[in-house]
Amino acid sequence: MSILGTRVVRTEDPRLLTVGGTYVDDLRVPELAQAARVTFVRSPLAHALITGIDVSAAKKASGVVAVLTAADIDDLPPPPPPPEEGAEPPPPGSEAAPLPLGGHWAEPLLAVDRVRFVGEPVAMVLTDETYQGEDAAELVSVDYEPLPAVVDFDSGLTSQSLLFPPAGSNVPLTIGAADDDSAFDACDAVVEQIIVNQRLAPVPMEGRATAAVWADGKLTVWVSTQNAQISRFILMGAFGLDMSAIRVVAPDVGGAFGAKIGADRDAILVAWAARHTGRAVRWAETRSENLVGMTHGRAQRQHIKIGGMRDGRILAYRNVVVQDTGAYPRMSGFLPFLTGLMASGPYDIPTVQTAYQVVVTNTTPISAYRGAGRPEATAAIERAVDLFAAEIGMDPGQVRRINLVPPDKFPYSSGGGAVYDTGEYVAALDKVLAGAGYDELRAEQARRRERGDTVQLGIGLASYVEITAADAAGGETARVVVHDDGSATVYTGSSAHGQGHHTAWAMLLQDELGIPMDDITVIHGDTDLIPFGTGTYASRSLQLGGTAVRNAAIDVKEQARGVAAAMLEASEADLELDTARGAWQVRGDPASSRTWAEVAAHAGPQGLAADANFTEGQPSFPFGTHLAVVEVDTETGKVRLIRHVTVDDAGPVVSPLLAEGQRHGGIAQGAAQALLEEVVYDADGNPVTGTLVDYAIITAAELPSFELLASETPTKANPLGVKGIGEAGTIGATPAVQNAVIDAVSHLGVRHIDMPATPARVWAAINEASATGEGQ
Amino acid sequence: MRVTVTVNGSQVDAEVPDRTLLVHFLREQAGLTATNVGCDTSSCGACTVLLEGRSVKSCTLLAAQADGREVVTVEGLGDGELHPVQRAFRAEHGLQCGFCTPGMVMAAVSLLDENPAPTEEEVRTALEGNLCRCTGYHNIVRAVLAAAGERQTR
Repeated sequence: MSILGTRVVRTEDPRLLTVGGTYVDDLRVPELAQAARVTFVRSPLAHALITGIDVSAAKKASGVVAVLTAADIDDLPPPPPPPEEGAEPPPPGSEAAPLPLGGHWAEPLLAVDRVRFVGEPVAMVLTDETYQGEDAAELVSVDYEPLPAVVDFDSGLTSQSLLFPPAGSNVPLTIGAADDDSAFDACDAVVEQIIVNQRLAPVPMEGRATAAVWADGKLTVWVSTQNAQISRFILMGAFGLDMSAIRVVAPDVGGAFGAKIGADRDAILVAWAARHTGRAVRWAETRSENLVGMTHGRAQRQHIKIGGMRDGRILAYRNVVVQDTGAYPRMSGFLPFLTGLMASGPYDIPTVQTAYQVVVTNTTPISAYRGAGRPEATAAIERAVDLFAAEIGMDPGQVRRINLVPPDKFPYSSGGGAVYDTGEYVAALDKVLAGAGYDELRAEQARRRERGDTVQLGIGLASYVEITAADAAGGETARVVVHDDGSATVYTGSSAHGQGHHTAWAMLLQDELGIPMDDITVIHGDTDLIPFGTGTYASRSLQLGGTAVRNAAIDVKEQARGVAAAMLEASEADLELDTARGAWQVRGDPASSRTWAEVAAHAGPQGLAADANFTEGQPSFPFGTHLAVVEVDTETGKVRLIRHVTVDDAGPVVSPLLAEGQRHGGIAQGAAQALLEEVVYDADGNPVTGTLVDYAIITAAELPSFELLASETPTKANPLGVKGIGEAGTIGATPAVQNAVIDAVSHLGVRHIDMPATPARVWAAINEASATGEGQ
Repeated sequence: MRVTVTVNGSQVDAEVPDRTLLVHFLREQAGLTATNVGCDTSSCGACTVLLEGRSVKSCTLLAAQADGREVVTVEGLGDGELHPVQRAFRAEHGLQCGFCTPGMVMAAVSLLDENPAPTEEEVRTALEGNLCRCTGYHNIVRAVLAAAGERQTR
């Protein structure tokens, strides 16, 4: 029996549970024994000119090794010049898209003459001990001349206070137009809504951390990253060094959620400080630093318009996005591009229009956060469908059923421009409705409304489709080696930060070769051992990295077949691998068997080893439906999520334990966006959610246990048939919970509440609706 | 100042700055890096350890406050084999990235010492001060309930 699909406990756990992981700050390697501690001096102002920096007092402080400012960066190549006047930006969706815009919008390493967000690095203090760094950083005196801060969407679009005066505007990108109303004019019912998909902080439990050593012409950098090889590529560019002169190691990584893709300016600076001073250095940010210095996510304002017929058919949908990208366009237009690509969700809508603008503001830069553009698309269309259902007086489940892409239409070219591979969208919806007991929930809701209960029931639906391994053609690497003691090693280009890659890859190898998981070592995240790879983002690991492991294993198996055939003096065609015993034999003759150890030992000096680089011809499109049940106290606005039922179909499940874990975590993060989380700035650009006291991470006490239903529809994009599962939970959960909150108070006349649905907002929405007499 | 703490049964004696936090003493002077720092406002619980048998957030105490007292970290929990709570976290997949895990496990141990047979709601309330960004708490709660069940049947 195959090990795939069985509940295997993780190989990672014994270490993490007993001595703890080795995160960057835990490294006790000899190279870092004398490492100086880095403390960043960060801008306290959102927007200001720097008129002077005096480091003399700081340099005299106890334990100080060096105090560095932009003026000290005289040993790095200059950034590329701005593009020619009128040159087109790189098209979003191309390989170049997630790169920063550069040119006039280029981000410095340390601020030069201007700061553009609170938390921007201005100087670095290197000290012998951590506490000394905090003291010395206080002594760095920076003279600022404050400028008007650009903080919100509207001032981003209209303010005369420019972040990048040579650019002449705060709007680096305006893509597409969505102003043809003819399709809407033909509809029975049309609804419009402005929706804010609020700014979130990723908050991995381990913040950013980097350590670096420059020795013998080689830079070694340990960084808490999702992508060791991409980090090396970024450092090669920053330093003008060859691949061979940089080693990047990703040790254990304490969560990332998209915010640790590659290496950011802070990490580059730590590496630079090591080379510039000749002293090993290390840095692990504080949480307060993390909440302003690590990229944020989401931050879109969407203008949606939906139209259709009273029989429930949706005929036209429009989503026009303003993407607040923070102080620097680190992702170019990639996030709103993905929002547009997935705009119409799982629905078969004849007319779909999308457009977007990117604006810079004096806030922390925006980048990927679990879902990266797709949760924003899903939240918008799922709100739109509910608004449309309310407008025509039809059950939201029924409106979804009428409009979901039917199974006979795949591959399906969506109105947003994607080609969905496979799906059973209606089946997923019906399974969730049945599993949740939808009719009984509606009956209970009706009873509470009838009685006028203080605590009302809300039922929220979200049907979604998302895109995983969007960069399928980028592929992923694997190397499989079988040793002459019968053990095996997997070198993977994927990179783990909690997902359980080591367990999943060992399962795949045991399944293919019959070598027990206990005899398999998985290695990731060291560019000296794995020169080529991409790493982990966009829910790409299993379908690309996992398939690469499988393909390399098959290659090794074919090599072994030849060696075993020679050993047994049989033809290769007569050889078989008994994966239950992990032994080669002549077909039907167990007595002839040769173990993996024997075959590997006989393989000669080159051993048994194979490399694979698996690229997919197309991305895959996981889908599902979430149903959330909430109770809303209509007197206080307090929301309690009491049930969450989901189908998340990502094809065949290799590891149920890991897949469920991804869904659980995703649901919690999605619910947290709907109910609690929001990064808030005041009018001057000061963060008011700068600690975990103010920024509301969801806790165990605010969540129920989740009800997960199974569904497996394979893709043809890879031989495992698998799609990604890392972000689905977040994508589905957010609008389901938001819709549930609004549903709970819809009979009082409320038609929309922006996220997060805090008690204050819910209470205000109820009161506003009753004041305008919209209640029934 | 001189601080002496019994950590996982061994005496750790060191000269440290007065302001040294217990968590830094454990990580730097005792050399035990499982206990993590996840915030600077005593919000996240990643640094939870047992002080005289009761759970505390070790970023909230000075090392000096633990002088002459006994601390247990996750490294000192098992007795050659996994503690029932550690075993349950593995069996129920109660950890992903592992960063919150040492603190979460110690909080769970402390909870079960105080309340050996908690309900799901009691587990959720008791773990409110320990944040996890990966698991959605679903399997952490199951693990604590499973560990409680195991204690009951032993």
